[in-house]
Amino acid sequence: MITGTPKPIEEILEMLEPYDNIIVAGCHGCVTVCRVGGEKEVQVLASTLRLAREAAGRTITIREVSLERQCDPEYIEQMRPYVGDYQAVLSIACGAGIQFLAEKFTTTPLLPGINTGFLGVTVRQGEWSERCQGCGDCVLHLTGGICPVTRCAKSLFHGPCGGSVQGICEVDKEVKCGWQLIIDRLKALGQMENYGKLKPYKGWNSSRDGGPRRIIREDMI
Amino acid sequence: MKSGSNLEKVLAAGHFSVTAECGPPRGADPDIVRKKAAFVKGNVDACNVTDNQTSVVRMSSLAGCLLIKEEGIEPLIQMVVRDRNRIALQSDLLGASAMGVRNLLCLSGDHQKFGDDPQAKNVFDIDSMQLIHMVKTMRDEGIFPSGDKIQGAPQFYIGCAVNPFADPFEIRVPRLKLKMEAGADFVQTQCIYNMEKFKKYLELAKQEGLPDKIKILAGVTPLKSAGMAKFMRRMVAGMDIPDEVVNRIAAEPKEKQAAKGIEMCIEQIQELKEMEGVAGVHVMAIEWEEKLEEIIGGAGLLPRPVMA
Repeated sequence: MITGTPKPIEEILEMLEPYDNIIVAGCHGCVTVCRVGGEKEVQVLASTLRLAREAAGRTITIREVSLERQCDPEYIEQMRPYVGDYQAVLSIACGAGIQFLAEKFTTTPLLPGINTGFLGVTVRQGEWSERCQGCGDCVLHLTGGICPVTRCAKSLFHGPCGGSVQGICEVDKEVKCGWQLIIDRLKALGQMENYGKLKPYKGWNSSRDGGPRRIIREDMI
Repeated sequence: MKSGSNLEKVLAAGHFSVTAECGPPRGADPDIVRKKAAFVKGNVDACNVTDNQTSVVRMSSLAGCLLIKEEGIEPLIQMVVRDRNRIALQSDLLGASAMGVRNLLCLSGDHQKFGDDPQAKNVFDIDSMQLIHMVKTMRDEGIFPSGDKIQGAPQFYIGCAVNPFADPFEIRVPRLKLKMEAGADFVQTQCIYNMEKFKKYLELAKQEGLPDKIKILAGVTPLKSAGMAKFMRRMVAGMDIPDEVVNRIAAEPKEKQAAKGIEMCIEQIQELKEMEGVAGVHVMAIEWEEKLEEIIGGAGLLPRPVMA
């Protein structure tokens, strides 16, 4: 899923300074699962903002909305009949959702209520961890199902570097060395022959470096 | 000769080589480099110039190389893939070769987290293994990675680095082999303090026949004090300093620890020199270049051979 973290309330209040009448928009997708931008978080955030503004002597009117997904036009359109009645939309969906709202509602300012994180997994309740950078050229079949681009702090293709000590990355003692994980896994799978091969230079043009990416599935259009 | 560098010639002639390193200054003052160069001159076959080591901003490695070259020292340019993509790397390789730099060390580079700009974006477009391969392709085939022909191929004696003390140990020799196959002509190791572990590493390398295919230059760093040893052990990932080494220098009174550190370094070089498979020594006297002559001379490695 796409993960995220709430922006500090002070930062949000500062963004809302010019406005007295807004929508707080959540999303039932990934951000609901990682509990940063779902229906419940919309309620909590809206209440917090109302209280803070009341305390500051300047009330704010907030409409609470949760869309099925902010990354699909059909759900976004549900907001169209009333979005013009508000001065701004504070979205707590991921950056894709926020931008898609902005794209569809061209005259309404869109404000981010969360910092979008990464494509990750739920390690345990309350802990998420990155697994994929969406580089567009997957090599997991060669690396024991562990991504060198994401799991190695230097995205090395022939790791581990000299900073790997007892399975821990030099960058952070809480971070496992991605290449130690890869090697352990290759050994367990009997695929160590994959280690000893020089890998071609990665084509980053399928990654972010090629500009905003598109996927077009002719069979679905 | 692949590059015609002095270091390549010294090693090809079967001499035990000596390299050292100069860290460029945190500023644009060329005299700081020249002062260090004066301590290096005559004591080495080539001198590494580091490339923003520990991600702390310094004068560029290429500029440092040219400055020491002006002083009559053969430079060895260190190049990390942390800060430059393949376009910049190719360009700097051409530039360095054009300016007469003939030795190269291909490195990943310390993570930017350790430097003074931890918020910097890192590059790592290609890794150090692929940089080795890229340089070799440019040198030997005269083509860019794109396949286009190079007008004047860069000439480098290609080096790599290894840390025999990082984990997992079992991958360290296979990784050296991979670097050799990618095109490395020589390797400089991380500072060795744990000689027993290094011997094990070397034994495994010999089993793979590596010393015949890649020149192994053993890295040493003289300890200035017991405090330095403890600091390095604690702060530098993959730095293996056994207790007996720390205890030996710690047993000296503070004012005699530096001399002890030099004595220990000299002993270590003499031991390395006798080890089959070790082709040379790389002396990293960190901010202590003035001791190079004493160390290298003390180990019986002066004068350096003069190659035609």
